[in-house]
Amino acid sequence: MATTETNAPKLYADKNQPQQPIQPVRRNGRWSGYRHLLWARILELKREPEVVFWVFVFPLLLAAGLGIAFRNKPADITSVVVIDGAGAEKTLALLQSSAKSSPNKDSTIRATVLDRDAALKGFHFGKFDLAIEANADGSYTYYYDPARPESVLSRGEIDAALQAAAGRKDALATSSQSSSEPGSRYIDFLIPGLLGMNLMNSGMWGVGFALVEMRQRKLLKRFVATPMRRSDFLLALTSSRLVLMVIEVGLLLGFGVLVFHMRVEGSILSVVLLGSLGAVTFGGVGLLTACRAQKIESVSGLINLVMMPMWIFSGVFFSYQKFPAMAQPFIKALPLTALNDALRATIIEGASLGSQSGRLLVLAIWGGVSFVLALRWFRWT
Amino acid sequence: MGSKIETTVECSNLRKTYDGKVEAVRGLSLHIEAGECFGLLGPNGAGKTTTIEILEGLLAPTSGEVRIFGHTWNDNPRQLREWIGISLQETRLSEKLNVRETIELFASFYSEPRPAADILDELQLTEKADAWVGKLSGGQKQRLAVATALVGNPRILFLDEPTTGLDPQSRRQLWDIIRAFQKKGGTVLLTTHYMDEAERLCDRLAIVDHGVIIAEGTPTDLIERLGGHHVVEFQANKNGDASDDYLDRWRSLPGVESVRREDSTVCLSVREPHLTIPALLDAVTKEGRQLEHLSTRQASLEDVFVQLTGRHLRED
Repeated sequence: MATTETNAPKLYADKNQPQQPIQPVRRNGRWSGYRHLLWARILELKREPEVVFWVFVFPLLLAAGLGIAFRNKPADITSVVVIDGAGAEKTLALLQSSAKSSPNKDSTIRATVLDRDAALKGFHFGKFDLAIEANADGSYTYYYDPARPESVLSRGEIDAALQAAAGRKDALATSSQSSSEPGSRYIDFLIPGLLGMNLMNSGMWGVGFALVEMRQRKLLKRFVATPMRRSDFLLALTSSRLVLMVIEVGLLLGFGVLVFHMRVEGSILSVVLLGSLGAVTFGGVGLLTACRAQKIESVSGLINLVMMPMWIFSGVFFSYQKFPAMAQPFIKALPLTALNDALRATIIEGASLGSQSGRLLVLAIWGGVSFVLALRWFRWT
Repeated sequence: MGSKIETTVECSNLRKTYDGKVEAVRGLSLHIEAGECFGLLGPNGAGKTTTIEILEGLLAPTSGEVRIFGHTWNDNPRQLREWIGISLQETRLSEKLNVRETIELFASFYSEPRPAADILDELQLTEKADAWVGKLSGGQKQRLAVATALVGNPRILFLDEPTTGLDPQSRRQLWDIIRAFQKKGGTVLLTTHYMDEAERLCDRLAIVDHGVIIAEGTPTDLIERLGGHHVVEFQANKNGDASDDYLDRWRSLPGVESVRREDSTVCLSVREPHLTIPALLDAVTKEGRQLEHLSTRQASLEDVFVQLTGRHLRED
């Protein structure tokens, strides 16, 4: 933080008062105010434990939690229950012999024997995918739930296993190839979405909330009572977001790569440029959201109101293609949709920035228009 | 310029109406000379803060003009901001920055600031230089607020209620700081509702009430003109009679300039107490009353304010 540009001896006060001591006076350069504002902002963020948690730790926890919950299971385990009775032992033996001879190594059947009540209860609560009952005449009854996909799958699998064990021969020879490469898994979809959401969250809170807090403390008023350039202040606030952005992007992507063996197909530079655009865009939206609010309570409500539609529609956790076609143009016009789409295309598919000018334009328009309106309506006091 | 008196701040016929209804300032004119400490004294809600914020260029007046060193706020706001240092009535500086960082931050806004170390030393904050602002005491916070005003090496210091809520020692420390700034040739404009502060610190005063100046002058001058030199306060039984007729009786005593009643106490503004008091004692005896309390004191600005408005500066 070098502030002293030149040292020139200068009279302390008016020349009409020659009794004043001569003091060296430092001269500040054009960007001294901006640099100090930026540095002060970063120090404040660093010293605020909540910021460190919400901006850095929370997204990682979210990624870890969701990544584990929706991980692609190494093998599909079919869990079935055999209702205790005369044929139960035989059924179990048939299933086991079928599992040994099955060519499909991915598929495992786990069977348990329980009395009728416990078996059906377990089935209803989702502990078992299927309940099997051996009838007295040698036939089988399957209890399954057509609304549960794994139950339907399990019925097919168990039926095939029992039939094969009973001597049915396959009429056709088939083989299968499994495909769950990095790039097509849920975690690969999720991480870019979390990145976009995090850029939105921290932009809105980091700029909007901070501004209203300073306004409420009369700190904004105190700043404009100095020769500080107002544009420097807003610039410093927005660019402090860029510094944080690099850390956020690095942490989340690094986490994805190290823990989930995610692959980043596009160039890191493209990802960082996209992140910068996203950070600045949401900084602008945050600025607009907070340009008049006097109280922290009112800006908190406003920020949530602005972000809510994007949490739902912009494809953070699931694809927005699930919404009706009619809503698609509206959804695609949201800044977070554009950012998420661009991040996914770059990270997963390795698309270049040039090929996504539409999305970049959507972001730039949101950011630019917000910034201009915010400046026009801004309340300093 | 030479020895000619230089006007640093002047305003004429300032008016400020909020929302077209509340008239906070109603035609106020001032001129403050270089090197003086000028005080706006008045009760809460008198329009002091509105006035000082208009002078500071933070509020636009509804009508009227402000000139600082001959410039208006529309002329050259950046240059004016370089020349003035401001402490607002209530600013909560960032709590997670330390004292030195805060001073350095404010220094960075000015083209030729003073070294932070000098300011820390001058405001006795060197020991606290590395303490977070959030951990400072009220007096230290207020000194820091003044430090952020002084670090830009200003020619005029605007202080809005600089010592409100501070303990006596912190107040005296701030007074010393303000006097030191003035001694170096600086001009000070401050608002206060403490009469002792106005009396001790200010070279000249304007008493403000309901958005207008009701009296202006040096503290001694104001007290002499409006308060008399001394105040004689007494209680005599049978004082329950509050008619003007009754108060007139005391006004006719020798040396009495004005009379007012506060509850059961009669206050006489007198020029020469050695003439008034014997006459007062005579009158009380003659009327068959019993004196219950008698005291004399120097007149203060409080008496001036009561004389002018019939109210006290602070009703607490």
